[in-house]
Amino acid sequence: MSTITGGVAESEVAPAKRPLARSSLWRLAARKLLKNKLALAGLFVVVFMFALCFIGPLFSPYTDNKIHMALMNKAPNLKHWLGTDALGRDVLTRVMQAGRISLTVGLASMVLSVFLGSLLGAIAGYYRGIADQVIMRIADLLMTIPSLPLLFILGALLSEWKVPTDYRMYIVMLMLSFVSWPGLARMVRGEVLSLREREFMQAATVLGLRDRRKLFKHLLPNLVPLLIVIASLNVGGAILSESVLSFFGLGVMPPTPTWGNMIDSANNLIDFQQRPWLWIPPGFSIFATVIAINIFGDGLRDVLDPKPKK
Amino acid sequence: MAEALLEVNRLKKYFPIKAGLLNRTVGQVKAVDDVSIAIRPGETFGLVGESGSGKSTAGRTAIRLTEKTGGEVKFKGVDLHTLGAEELRKLRPKMQLIFQDPYSSLNPRVRIGDAIGEALLDHGLAPKDEVRDRVLDVLASCGLSAYHIDRFPHEFSGGQRQRIGIARALVLNPELIIADEPVSALDVSIQAQIINLFRKLQETRGLTYLFISHDLSVVEHLCSHIGVMYLGSLVETGSRDALFREPLHPYTKALLSAVPIPIPKLKRERIVLSGDIPNPANPPSGCKFHTRCPFAVARCKEEVPAFRNVGGDRFVACHLV
Amino acid sequence: MATADLLEIEGLSTYFDTEEGTVRAVDGVSLRVRPGETVCIVGESGCGKSITAMSIMGLVGTNGTAGRIAGGRIRYEDRDLLRLNKHELRTIRGHEIAMIFQEPMSSLNPVLPIGEQIMEPLIEHLKLSKKAARARAIELIAQVGIARPEQIAKAYPHELSGGMLQRIMIAIAISCGPKLLIADEPTTALDVTIQAQILDMLRQFKAESDMSILLITHDLGVVAEMADYVVVMYAGKVVEEGEVVELFERPKHPYTQGLLKSKPIMGQRQDELYSIPGQVPNPLELKPSCYFYERCEHAMDVCRRAEPTLKGVGEQGSVACWLYEEEAIVHG
Repeated sequence: MSTITGGVAESEVAPAKRPLARSSLWRLAARKLLKNKLALAGLFVVVFMFALCFIGPLFSPYTDNKIHMALMNKAPNLKHWLGTDALGRDVLTRVMQAGRISLTVGLASMVLSVFLGSLLGAIAGYYRGIADQVIMRIADLLMTIPSLPLLFILGALLSEWKVPTDYRMYIVMLMLSFVSWPGLARMVRGEVLSLREREFMQAATVLGLRDRRKLFKHLLPNLVPLLIVIASLNVGGAILSESVLSFFGLGVMPPTPTWGNMIDSANNLIDFQQRPWLWIPPGFSIFATVIAINIFGDGLRDVLDPKPKK
Repeated sequence: MAEALLEVNRLKKYFPIKAGLLNRTVGQVKAVDDVSIAIRPGETFGLVGESGSGKSTAGRTAIRLTEKTGGEVKFKGVDLHTLGAEELRKLRPKMQLIFQDPYSSLNPRVRIGDAIGEALLDHGLAPKDEVRDRVLDVLASCGLSAYHIDRFPHEFSGGQRQRIGIARALVLNPELIIADEPVSALDVSIQAQIINLFRKLQETRGLTYLFISHDLSVVEHLCSHIGVMYLGSLVETGSRDALFREPLHPYTKALLSAVPIPIPKLKRERIVLSGDIPNPANPPSGCKFHTRCPFAVARCKEEVPAFRNVGGDRFVACHLV
Repeated sequence: MATADLLEIEGLSTYFDTEEGTVRAVDGVSLRVRPGETVCIVGESGCGKSITAMSIMGLVGTNGTAGRIAGGRIRYEDRDLLRLNKHELRTIRGHEIAMIFQEPMSSLNPVLPIGEQIMEPLIEHLKLSKKAARARAIELIAQVGIARPEQIAKAYPHELSGGMLQRIMIAIAISCGPKLLIADEPTTALDVTIQAQILDMLRQFKAESDMSILLITHDLGVVAEMADYVVVMYAGKVVEEGEVVELFERPKHPYTQGLLKSKPIMGQRQDELYSIPGQVPNPLELKPSCYFYERCEHAMDVCRRAEPTLKGVGEQGSVACWLYEEEAIVHG
């Protein structure tokens, strides 16, 4: 009898699960995502918030900055679903407008810091040596400075130099990326260092693969899960940081609304106790968005892993 | 006698031991210390030893997967350790390594077909539209099926993964294959399949193997020549038949007698070594084996025995032989 | 045999519930261990041999491990281990039944000195004073062949080699004079020369104390050296059992025959090894059949339709194979 017949008994995968054609990793991931209810719910909330903030205002009869003294501090009613604020502005419209800023700041600063952090972290981890030393010492230095006080100082400087409101948003983004890339670079470097030593990277060397292929085909794809988790935590973190800054009046300044400065303007006993429609909507938006992004990010990581979870 | 395909001359590989705040080097582990091997085309050289013997490091340093500390390695007459990075990369397809753990040596995110075919592309060994056919060919000769080509590594059993590892090496038409404990992670029934595959491939393709293993029964089965390592040094080499019939070094004797043989109530002479394998970072003086050797004399403690020819192709490093 | 069994397992089933279905890791396994006997459970990875051992020790379904005992009895002397409460089980575990594992490093506490870890069961089970326990611990370390026992007692696990740690595990295991030692792949992680030492030591302790050993291994060489009686498992079931010489010389089940033929034997070189084709079936897709039939060269029609039961064949030993049940087919 033949002795080289292993692999005939196909017991590992049920025939039904066998992909008929070569489906891409992304399609596999999409199929798995559909089964992950929690991640789907997260995705739904994220999409909903984006739609609300970026499309919603187009359907609103109100503009965010128009002052109507006659409509001051109205409780939610049929005309103003979430009521109006102290200047008679529609709260729903302002929450949506604020979301544009908060989400943009969150996403943009995430993209920037993930780009910076993963690039620098990957360089440090892959080439090691002097590049590693320089990058990581700078990162260490930045990490020793507590980020909130640093942001406060930078925010205070913005006010001191009377930076125009329109630019403040962009500067806040840069500031947030600046404080968050070192932690990120550190994580990416650690992951690259451990991936480097993985046997399949050695196998790639044995096969004599070109550096380009080793980097882009073998190293980076295995970095993606970590980057997704970092990115999702980072968006949430940036939204929160922006809110905190704005809450203290150091981020984006009124009248331009952000979720943070909306809560700030309700920061007095009367508003807090008697006009919850002023602070619950922006607060809830922050909460829901941050949680949803984190849940979705977590689910995405599992989904992108070709190995089924036991 | 044919020219050696792989010639390892007095190869040394030391790893620094770093300690303290400043990461200062405080010593070194002589993982491979003065190892010389010559493997002729078509041979299977078995490198045997226990943990810490340096057999894996020797194999990996031989194909310059790690940089050497001293000595030289010639592959088809070319000194591997003086080649430039690009020249070395171009030579890689000719000398392949098969790993012990086929799972960790496969990228979990790369399909089998791509994993096997990518090196063909990078080395320009096949035009793009032929790669798939070449992969299918090699899958078949390793006992895998065509539909496996689009699967991911986790969808395979241990034995199948090892076949994939072999296929990936084989597709490049290598001349030398270094197999680092390729069957020790496998179950007995699967192990036999893989051993037979190694054998069949050697017959059909005239491959040369450096087979690294701790399992003497597997080595005896597969190898034509054998080298026994202990704490970084070769203690004995010779042809299989000679070495198994009449082991000369006391360590080889002990090793042979320690292998459990699946025949109950078999009476045989046993040399049970006392003590543990010493720490490779702090090896004993003189003959490294003297702490465990049942025949050690005063001289063994002081003088390092030379690795010398004792007739034919047998070499041994022992004062008492 | 006239002597009463020390351990008798009957119809033990241990299941693991996974997302894809229930894995019957141990499926109706019966075996017995007599006093002073060494019984080996042999099989390949995933056959359920380790889970059997863990079930005996009450380690399934506790400490956050998955799995549940779905049925069967584990009788030790006159008690059913599956019916004991935690307290009663604790007085047996580590005292009358001891266990050693494949990875000694992970079964020892890394932050406690070796000596104290040997003292623990002595104080717990034998109610020794701290001082007496320390003296006994040092004695035990010497007994398992480690030089400088006083110093070793003060050492931490990471300071010792794998072979030394396994000796320490054996010292802990024999410290309370167990009647049964369960050894789960005790030498698999060790080098051959160290393995030879450990096996020698186990044999010696058994001879001195009339302790029974239930040895779990995948290595037929180890089985041949150690066993009095052998139980062969495949896919959660016992496929064959018998006295060691009989089983090695006249294996009955095609799987046992295949296993024995596919292991290269030193000094008996062949050009080509026999190899069992295919691979172990997926535990989630088992149907009532002989689980080996896909790989069996003697497979018949009945093999894929019905499950053979373990039946006595010849003078000793049993086998679960339709080849030996021709009468049953005729009459059925």
